[in-house]
Amino acid sequence: MSALNIRDSSTFPSRRVEAWKYSDLRRWLREAPEVSSAVAVSGDGPWAGLGGDQLAFGNGAAAGADAFVGSGEQVLRLRFVSETSGTGHTAAARISARPGARLLLLESHEGAGSGYVAHNRLEIDVAPGAEVTRLVLVEEPEDAISVTEAEVRLGEGARYAQTIAATGAKLQRLETRIVHPGQGADVRMDGVYALSGARHVDLTSVVDHQGPDGRTSQLAKGVVRDTARGVFQGKIVVQRGADGTDARMGHHALILGERAEIDAKPELIIYADDVQCAHGNTVGNLDESALFYMQQRGLPADEARALLTQAFLFEVIDRIDHEGARERVREWLGDRL
Amino acid sequence: MLKINNLHVSVGDKPILKGLTLDVPAGEVHAVMGPNGAGKSTLGYALTGRPGYEATQGEAAWNGADLLALDPAERAAKGVFLSFQYPIEIPGVPALTFVRTALNAQKRARGEEEVSAPAFLKLVRAASQKLRMDFDMLKRPLNVGFSGGEKKRMEILQMALLEPSLLILDETDSGLDIDALRIVADGVNALRSPERAMVVITHYQRLLDYIRPDRVHVLAGGRIVASGGPELAHELEAEGYDKYLPQAA
Ligand SMILES: Nc1ncnc2c1ncn2[C@@H]1O[C@H](COP(=O)(O)OP(=O)(O)OP(=O)(O)O)[C@@H](O)[C@H]1O
Ligand SMILES: [Mg+2]
Repeated sequence: MSALNIRDSSTFPSRRVEAWKYSDLRRWLREAPEVSSAVAVSGDGPWAGLGGDQLAFGNGAAAGADAFVGSGEQVLRLRFVSETSGTGHTAAARISARPGARLLLLESHEGAGSGYVAHNRLEIDVAPGAEVTRLVLVEEPEDAISVTEAEVRLGEGARYAQTIAATGAKLQRLETRIVHPGQGADVRMDGVYALSGARHVDLTSVVDHQGPDGRTSQLAKGVVRDTARGVFQGKIVVQRGADGTDARMGHHALILGERAEIDAKPELIIYADDVQCAHGNTVGNLDESALFYMQQRGLPADEARALLTQAFLFEVIDRIDHEGARERVREWLGDRL
Repeated sequence: MLKINNLHVSVGDKPILKGLTLDVPAGEVHAVMGPNGAGKSTLGYALTGRPGYEATQGEAAWNGADLLALDPAERAAKGVFLSFQYPIEIPGVPALTFVRTALNAQKRARGEEEVSAPAFLKLVRAASQKLRMDFDMLKRPLNVGFSGGEKKRMEILQMALLEPSLLILDETDSGLDIDALRIVADGVNALRSPERAMVVITHYQRLLDYIRPDRVHVLAGGRIVASGGPELAHELEAEGYDKYLPQAA
């Protein structure tokens, strides 16, 4: 299977491709869409207020530079704006953090219009000893299709933390692939989704531990209502020789609609010795006795449900170190529950 | 006045309460005692509207309001409070946030003004001091990892803050050490007033030394089978429930 190219329909994966089993792109997209025209990017996006530099794409076209090199302490707002109907576009961005840099990468996918196809490719290089925190807010129309592929390369002793918050679309896939060198490098790979209607989100990640003593901690949580569908595919590979790896993965979802669905595929593939690995996956419902208890104290049923749901999801958000950004994600998500 | 008349309650298909009648006038404290499995907790759940506890017959009214017609939150707003035999853990919701949200939801339902965050903090500080609770504990998710006794204190703290008018205490004494029992009883006694009625469910006379009941009732086989003054509790402690149980054939 060759790399996805939205101008070439022969590259559109169907569910027969293992990695796309739960997100059948070909079902929704048979032919290459007409190419979108560029649009100007206005305003500051959902991360306004946290300052920093901006790298923006309007219907795939870079408004200025398409690459950013971070050194020292920096904040970058990376905005993928789609504003079109029925057309398709690809954006490609390159981000790197120099040795010792601390970069807060505030990414947003801002969709307006309808029925568009967006493909975003992102390369992130984190130099030895550098630190990148990538926080992603994704909000798109219910009939949009979007696929975001991030390729992350870490140097020795690098730190990379990621939190994706998504509300889904007709098909919305956020894929992250990390080459983990071990050698004290540290990865946090989190995600949270809240879906209603017929929305679909797919959080897919592959973390490939190639050297010893690397750490990966992954926590994904979601709620699905109505006929929405949440897909979580988390794969952690520990290669031969990557001894001393510490990898933990958890995915937990709440199904709040009788016809909603969760497909989870957590995978730990271990070829090394002496590793600490664990994964957990649960799918459930809101705790009825907790709901009654809350109502007994005066909370109306809806409010009780909302508070429990929010508390469930915020566990993921609370793992964001940067206080201002954490508060922003809490607020953003809280408004969308 | 709490007026329960001929109340029948089933859990699933199983009848548990079978024609329970009980009046508790405002200003009074009534103890309900009875063997394990008699239906004491079921009574508390039925009065507060727990799903699955279905009233199939009879009435229950508090100050004239038909409780059975209201949803649980509406009953709470009418002043009905159940201190749970086994308080539930609410993961991710700090106790402080929870109680303030509950208090303001009740106030909203009654058309009263909500309490601001600083005013609420002041109330909680005072109330938690009285119950000798560590304030930092209130920043933790409600009841999660609390010890049995801490959970019971947390129930009484909520009661003190929500100021209900009909208080149902389901084995609030179980799991409390001797000092905690006294502190909790003081907390309950502080709420005694001419407008409030209390139903105190317990297995032990000891609690009733601290919270003096006006009346004591025996619940067995889904009904109130005997009622008396405080001396009835002593009698039960000495003799057990044998004479109230259906005789084996
Ligand atoms: N969810 C349930 N499903 C089936 N039976 C139930 C359920 N809840 C309660 N019961 C049954 O109802 C009866 C009454 O239970 P309840 O908890 O009211 O007793 P209790 O008087 O409070 O007992 P205890 O003194 O042990 O607390 C018991 O036989 C119990 O097994
Ligand atoms: Mg009981």
